[in-house]
Amino acid sequence: MSGAAAARGLQALRATSISLAAIALALAASAVLILLAGADPVAAYWALLQGAVGDGFALGNTLARTTPLIFTGLAVAFAFRCNLLNIGAEGQLYAGALASVVIGIYLTGLPSVLHIALSIAGGFLAGAAWGGLAGYLRAARGINEIISTIMLNFVAIFFVSYLVHGPLAEPPGFFHQTAMVAETARLPVIYPKSDLSVAIFLAVAVALLTAYVLWRTPFGLKLRAVGESTGTARFSGVPVNRYVFGAMSVSGGLAGLAGTTEMIGGQYRLLDFFSPGYGFDGIAVAFLGRSDPIGVVFAAFLFAALRVGANHMQRTTGLPTSLILVIQGMVILFILGVAVLEWYRRRQRG
Amino acid sequence: MDVLLSVLDPDYFAATIRLATPLLFATLGGILNERAGIINIGLEGTMLMAALTGVFGAWFIGSPWLGFACGVLAGALVAWIHGFVSISLGANQIVSGTAINLLGLGLSSFLIRIVFGLKEQQRVVPHFDPVSLPLLADLPLLGPVLFHQHALVYVAFLLVPVLWVILYRTRWGLMITAVGEHPRAASSVGIDPLRVRYACTVLSGALAGAGGAFLSLGQLHFFQDEMVAGRGFIALAALIFGRWNPIGGMIACLIFGAADALQFRGQAVGLGVPHQFMLMFPYVLTLAILVVVGGKSQGPAAIGIPFRKS
Amino acid sequence: MPLLRMERITKTFPGVVANDRIDLAVDRGEIHALLGENGSGKTTLMNALYGLHRPDSGRILLDGAEVRFSSPMDAIAAGIGMVHQHFMLVPPLTVVENIVLGLKTANAPRSPLLDLRTAAARVRELAATYGLDIDTGAQIWQLPVGAQQRVEILKALYRDADLLILDEPTAVLAPSEVRHLIGVLRGLAASGKAVIFISHKLNEVMEVADRISVLRGGRLAGTVAAAETDPAELARLMVGRDIVPPRRREGRAGDPVLRIEALRVRDDRGLRAVDVVGFSLSSGEILGIAGVDGNGQKELTEAIAGVRAIESGALDLTGLAPSRGERFRNIGHVTEDRHHTGLLMSFPLWENLALKSSDRPPFGSPLWLRVDAMRRATARAIETFSIRAQGPDSPVSALSGGNQQKLVLARELGLRPRLLLAAQPTRGLDVGATEYIHQRLLAARDEGMAILLVSTELDEVLALSDRVLVMYEGRAMGLVDAGEATRETVGMMMAGMERHEAAVQGGT
Repeated sequence: MSGAAAARGLQALRATSISLAAIALALAASAVLILLAGADPVAAYWALLQGAVGDGFALGNTLARTTPLIFTGLAVAFAFRCNLLNIGAEGQLYAGALASVVIGIYLTGLPSVLHIALSIAGGFLAGAAWGGLAGYLRAARGINEIISTIMLNFVAIFFVSYLVHGPLAEPPGFFHQTAMVAETARLPVIYPKSDLSVAIFLAVAVALLTAYVLWRTPFGLKLRAVGESTGTARFSGVPVNRYVFGAMSVSGGLAGLAGTTEMIGGQYRLLDFFSPGYGFDGIAVAFLGRSDPIGVVFAAFLFAALRVGANHMQRTTGLPTSLILVIQGMVILFILGVAVLEWYRRRQRG
Repeated sequence: MDVLLSVLDPDYFAATIRLATPLLFATLGGILNERAGIINIGLEGTMLMAALTGVFGAWFIGSPWLGFACGVLAGALVAWIHGFVSISLGANQIVSGTAINLLGLGLSSFLIRIVFGLKEQQRVVPHFDPVSLPLLADLPLLGPVLFHQHALVYVAFLLVPVLWVILYRTRWGLMITAVGEHPRAASSVGIDPLRVRYACTVLSGALAGAGGAFLSLGQLHFFQDEMVAGRGFIALAALIFGRWNPIGGMIACLIFGAADALQFRGQAVGLGVPHQFMLMFPYVLTLAILVVVGGKSQGPAAIGIPFRKS
Repeated sequence: MPLLRMERITKTFPGVVANDRIDLAVDRGEIHALLGENGSGKTTLMNALYGLHRPDSGRILLDGAEVRFSSPMDAIAAGIGMVHQHFMLVPPLTVVENIVLGLKTANAPRSPLLDLRTAAARVRELAATYGLDIDTGAQIWQLPVGAQQRVEILKALYRDADLLILDEPTAVLAPSEVRHLIGVLRGLAASGKAVIFISHKLNEVMEVADRISVLRGGRLAGTVAAAETDPAELARLMVGRDIVPPRRREGRAGDPVLRIEALRVRDDRGLRAVDVVGFSLSSGEILGIAGVDGNGQKELTEAIAGVRAIESGALDLTGLAPSRGERFRNIGHVTEDRHHTGLLMSFPLWENLALKSSDRPPFGSPLWLRVDAMRRATARAIETFSIRAQGPDSPVSALSGGNQQKLVLARELGLRPRLLLAAQPTRGLDVGATEYIHQRLLAARDEGMAILLVSTELDEVLALSDRVLVMYEGRAMGLVDAGEATRETVGMMMAGMERHEAAVQGGT
């Protein structure tokens, strides 16, 4: 046991240090941009930090923002362990949000625990169905999941847009949004001034569960086996197509939970284009977290902190919040670069 | 009946061609890139950067043509980053493309605010106006549809046969196909797969850049956050729809352009179909075609796989 | 003066001396065989000649002048052509497109436009000269392997090669195609070209070559004229001692474990690959399947293993496959390609060992894995099978080929299956590992396991099997008892003769 854990621990340590180095490099490179914009990088980053974790309110907002990113990051990471690239977390998130909101609004008169549980289950299943569709197309028709999930994103987003403009619009229909979900479907709020609800605990618990499934269950072993080599998996009796479908379904379900917790954890109603790209950020989060569920939690926190801190930075220094996207993009590019340096070193050692 | 008439209106066809143009630039670029074995989901970010650079170039130099050239160069440069990461470093092309998208989205939005200032972000810059081809533009029906367009529209559609000839009738095309299908075989006869991939990636970025700059200089006349609005992804759909063939890609772009134009039209004439469904239509159509064609159309065999000399 | 002279070529890789002061001379008009086991340094030597890497020391002379190649382009320009073991052809391109790939257009070197018509005419001319029948307009993926090989040879000739290197060219060919290839090579030699023929098969080399250079452990063991040597001497040079066939006791066959009747199976392209009338396999018996690669052996094993659908016929596994999961545990399978169908290369040893039985004791249950038990079992397997590895946690990719194969064997035998499918179990392994695997297989048979051994190495099949089934174009050409099976009869059956014909011609 200790041997396996130690080996894995060492790997995690190396991955973490690479990620940290990449973050430092990205911050340094962005400092140049800040200077070009005529601002002081130290002041800007200090404002960023203050805005992200400076007080309880800031931290609450950051954690609230971490929640959906954990789910979408887990979704991408889970699929990637099966060598599937789920670019469709965004669409699956909309599917999950839709199901949860419908359950939250129209299924009234239930005890709160049951209502919440149903709403969560509905969100997971709807996301799973949307992700599973891409999995089915891949398994049964050989259609690349990257392509199909890109398409399915647009379909889900426009479909939700249609619904909030028409059938599901809150009467009398002036605003393009649904009604609020019932009180009984709302997750308990932890920190009233921010949007922080117990959803963050749910997210961390799901991350731990995902790690357990991947590393400590036969299902996880076989799923990773399919990801490593479909040939070996097939010749070992693993029904590859069923696992591809299963992995995409679970992945979609995880992304769906991001939509669910947004709906019943703080926003309470569904709007047009409500997600600021959580699904796409999930790709970056999963990558930064090295497709490891625990790593995903930390990466999600970092991305959330940057996004939340950016508002404060904009207010105090006038720097546009979009600087954060630049930092995030550069973090990924630098990790790609560092990972390759590592590869060269390994190769030279033989 | 009104609806039918309005759809058969020459203006509608003209709009279709105009809306298909930026998509066509990006799609041709994507075809070139993917046939050499590099998938670039960063087209969206590339187009955004080019749209922005085009606006800057047009404003500071004062000429839409030079602005357009700046946009093309910017596209090539952004694609070069994707090339460096995914070709030289052999990293995951999807992740690299994602990073490019984040960078493009962030950097374009950051720079427009810094350079033009918060108040004047949407400054209108020197831009392109439609050009009537002498004589041809006077043809009944066809004239206004085909021959009263922006100059760049003609360029985009001329590039279709040009790329077709390059891919299918020249030794360059043979090299590109070989590198996309079996880079080791190409390498064994002295072709450097990395160089071919670089060339295709950078050219592809230039083409995507042309699409982005056309959007800002030909259609909007200013820069707006997220103005590419998913066209980089639609281009990926279009090239699959067109089976990695420039002519097929052009047909796909025209269909997508028609759906796009129909959306405006539909809203204007009250077509009765929610406009979201029209927006959805191209994606559903692409999916449907993929389902019918199935995995048989998987594209180049070595796509997405880094090549390493051994 | 010889066309090619390689002098004291030395090349080291980290930890290995792949070539150690090797001398080689090849004349015009000569077919020169390069013989050696896998890992003896043949490929390294030829890669140095073809410019794929530079030797650490030594000289290469062409027509007496020293040359230095920094890439295959230099070698090609100097008149060297290589037919790789894995063909370097682009499947969706046509024959002529593949041949002109990377070249300038003959009549207009500055124009990027192709002139395929002129090129095709020249290819047809070359093809007629050397008897290389080919359809220049066909796409590569439509062609059988023999034809693809002809395209590779034409590709080299089109580039004016004077020296042609063929890397294990017969591995993929049927005996009749081999004969045709030898004819073509003789014609090339007769026209003044030099041919280097890489192989590890003694008889073939005796048949085709004028002279034979034997490599062993990275050194030149000797160069002999084919007319003045015999397979026994070559074998001695190749392995450094006389080959002693593994001492084997007669097996005692028990109850049938596998019965096959009128079985038909299709390959990946949908063509019928197996059409076998019938045979059975009993416990305590090794049934060897002999045949040239690609004659349906792969599809037959895959059908029995349950990873390929059968088209028609009966496959009776006598209760070994009550369910899908049971089938994979009751039938051990040492697959042909351990990298792609046997192992998870970046995963630790213990996950590989437990892969097939991770959801049941002792390795786990449907809901959790017992990692401790898996690692302990792996540590035991490392010891029992003398696998050279750092421990259960090291990744499989860190192991040598022989040790990887031992791990596969440890997993498959560890399941105590009643039937073991062993497909090319020693391909690519050194002598030591090969002997070890052979002993393990014989021991498993003696314990009562039924073993289906598929091998393209005739000697291996003859040495281990109690009965031999020969496959040719998907059909069983006949079943021979170990005592009656000789190289000659089985060889002729591999070439497509029915058993009785082979017996008559082979004189047994």
